[in-house]
Amino acid sequence: MASAFFDEMGPRGAEVRQAYRILQAWLDETPTEILTLRREEAETFFRRAGITFAVYGEGGDPERIIPFDIIPRILEAAEWKQISDGLVQRVKALNAFIADVYGAQDILAAGLVPREQVLLNEAWYCQMQGVALPHNIYTHIAGIDMVRVGPDEFYVLEDNCRTPSGVSYMLENREITMRLFPDLFSRYNVAPVDHYCDELMRTLTSIAPRNCVGEPTVAVLTPGIYNSAYYEHSFLADQMGVELVEGPDLYVMDDIVYMRTTQGPKRVDVIYRRVDDAFLDPLTFRPDSALGVAGLMSAYRAGNVNLTNAVGAGIADDKSIYTYVPKMIEFYLGEQPILKNVPTWRCSDPDDAAYVLDRLGELVVKEIHGSGGYGMLVGPKATKAEIAEFALRIKAKPGKYIAQPTLALSTCPTFVDDGVAPRHVDIRPFILSGAEIRVVPGGLTRVAMREGSLVVNSSQGGGTKDTWVLKG
Amino acid sequence: MLSRTADSLYWLARYMERAESLARILRVTDRLSLMPSGTDADGSEWHSAVVVSGCEEEFYAKHEEATPENVISYLAFDPENPSSIRSCIETARRNARGVRTSLTTEQWESLNATWLELPGWNEARVRGGSLHRFLDWVKDRSLLFYGGTVATMLRRDRYHFTRLGTFIERSDNTARILDVKYHLLLPEHAEIGGGVDYYQWASILRAVSGYRSYNAVYREGLKPWLIAEFLIMREEMPRSLISCSAEIKDCLDRLGEEYGQRNEAHRVAGQIYSRLRFGRVDDVFRQGLHEFLSEHIEQNDRLGAEISRVYLM
Repeated sequence: MASAFFDEMGPRGAEVRQAYRILQAWLDETPTEILTLRREEAETFFRRAGITFAVYGEGGDPERIIPFDIIPRILEAAEWKQISDGLVQRVKALNAFIADVYGAQDILAAGLVPREQVLLNEAWYCQMQGVALPHNIYTHIAGIDMVRVGPDEFYVLEDNCRTPSGVSYMLENREITMRLFPDLFSRYNVAPVDHYCDELMRTLTSIAPRNCVGEPTVAVLTPGIYNSAYYEHSFLADQMGVELVEGPDLYVMDDIVYMRTTQGPKRVDVIYRRVDDAFLDPLTFRPDSALGVAGLMSAYRAGNVNLTNAVGAGIADDKSIYTYVPKMIEFYLGEQPILKNVPTWRCSDPDDAAYVLDRLGELVVKEIHGSGGYGMLVGPKATKAEIAEFALRIKAKPGKYIAQPTLALSTCPTFVDDGVAPRHVDIRPFILSGAEIRVVPGGLTRVAMREGSLVVNSSQGGGTKDTWVLKG
Repeated sequence: MLSRTADSLYWLARYMERAESLARILRVTDRLSLMPSGTDADGSEWHSAVVVSGCEEEFYAKHEEATPENVISYLAFDPENPSSIRSCIETARRNARGVRTSLTTEQWESLNATWLELPGWNEARVRGGSLHRFLDWVKDRSLLFYGGTVATMLRRDRYHFTRLGTFIERSDNTARILDVKYHLLLPEHAEIGGGVDYYQWASILRAVSGYRSYNAVYREGLKPWLIAEFLIMREEMPRSLISCSAEIKDCLDRLGEEYGQRNEAHRVAGQIYSRLRFGRVDDVFRQGLHEFLSEHIEQNDRLGAEISRVYLM
């Protein structure tokens, strides 16, 4: 079966692909005991440093570490160039789209995206209509999930335009790999990723409100220590040298946002918020939110503070909007898409729905607003009962679902219980948009640790790998 | 810096210090209870441990009697007691997690490792003869955090707030430990200044790591008024009230310099310090040691509240 998938090192028995030759030689000369030892060291490192994430509502250890696979994934410079160019193009179009739907709505007038798809979408916020944001940027930090199915074939699986997480793992994975395997690392010419936080800081300061005087004050807003990504929030604030604030640390007076400090109030100009839209401001959104700041939206709309990512940016990463991204690229940029979309059937369309219901056993069905690998059906892996149950759900609310073919995700060598074996991977690179667009060469590679599994989500037992982009 | 950050640093330092102090109190208590008193052991040492820990009411709401098992369970492990050693460590670590970007790696890792090792200690293990090993472990972990703080933290506001927490708590704890003697009843026929009395005073010195230091300073045997002087008014004794007070004053002075502003907290701290610096031990005894210590604890609380009001809210 393994031969049906593209293995990035090269299929077993065949010639090892160029980028992996040194790694293969190194694996051959390194005894399994050493690998086991290194894996234990890595786990101790993550535990001690408290690099954990929380899985909600399952009991057990509330602070888990994400399994880290010690074998890096390697991408050639040319492979990365194609990905990176495609990402920049895609994120430009996504930002143009969001600015458009909250502004002139040209794309709706042109009939390229159905009006109701946007205006009736729960991710569309009327409060953002006519708000002018610095540089017209809405998704300042985007995470684009991609999979590979062949040597030159990459597909975009999902755009994350709200608050994509995982970048701290990209950085910590590099840190730990360099510690564990300095000799292997030095045999390769790996492009660095450690400047990500500098780039992030530059991006954030470049989008300060127009009326901000002097060096902008930036803060990271977290829901608090019980949030699953809290480690990342604190990591980013720390690396940028800015305050990590919670809702109660901020208040708004006369449309200006202040934080409470030991020396009295201090004005805040840019907030990298990791709190969802609905919880940001109890006066505008959910009144029961204790995570937000009363009056924040008013200050935002008045142009006295900027938020990343913008409120309402989720309109571009809705799974039903996803299908229109290639058209957006042509419409806004006049270019052909560099990265491919996975063919997608929208169950809101009766013909598509009929097609999907006929082929549930072959397709992957996802909820339009779902994430984290929850609420999805992987047809080829599902039981008959599960398929029948899902069919009922689709028939009841077809508009909630989309379907895609089961992709033959590429595999990478992974150190598992019975030695080094191929496991399926995806990748999430991070794209920063401010005055300029920046992409750090690398991303978070997620790996399905179970044999044959295609689900890479950390909430479903997936692990991560360091991702090496080689310098050209 | 954020008020919440300062608040968390201040309290996490207080909680680590409190855990250490509880370990010290339990250690003295256990030592005292081994004392051959010649009378029926009435367990008054364990009762006094409850009293000096400041949780008399809550303890007796839950337990009828201050048996060694009950007291150790309540002061060391009870999750319902917010000041048990376990709760202190958990609260300290939770605070630390909320402000980990303001801690150095050494501080964070020492706190996190303490928290990770904590579940390895429990009542059964302690009852099985490991009480002292447990108490030593608590003391070591607290000292490691303190050492990490002094050795690695940038000398700025966050450092001063952390140390304020340590010394406000320590000042309170030293006063309470010294006050143990007041709550310890001498057995009916024992004479004041006799063997039992002597043993009790020696234990108090040991509880603040001051037994050998005392002998180095005084060289004339254990005398209650000298011990009181040592723990209240001698600046060379690092856990004495005046040492703590001097540190607190210093932290506040530095904050005052950094922020260019002095306030009510500075005044209260100065007042406490002056009383210790220019007071006389005779007067302490004339007023009554217990009364003096109670007043100190009260003033110290007031200072803590003032610091919270001015900086942490």
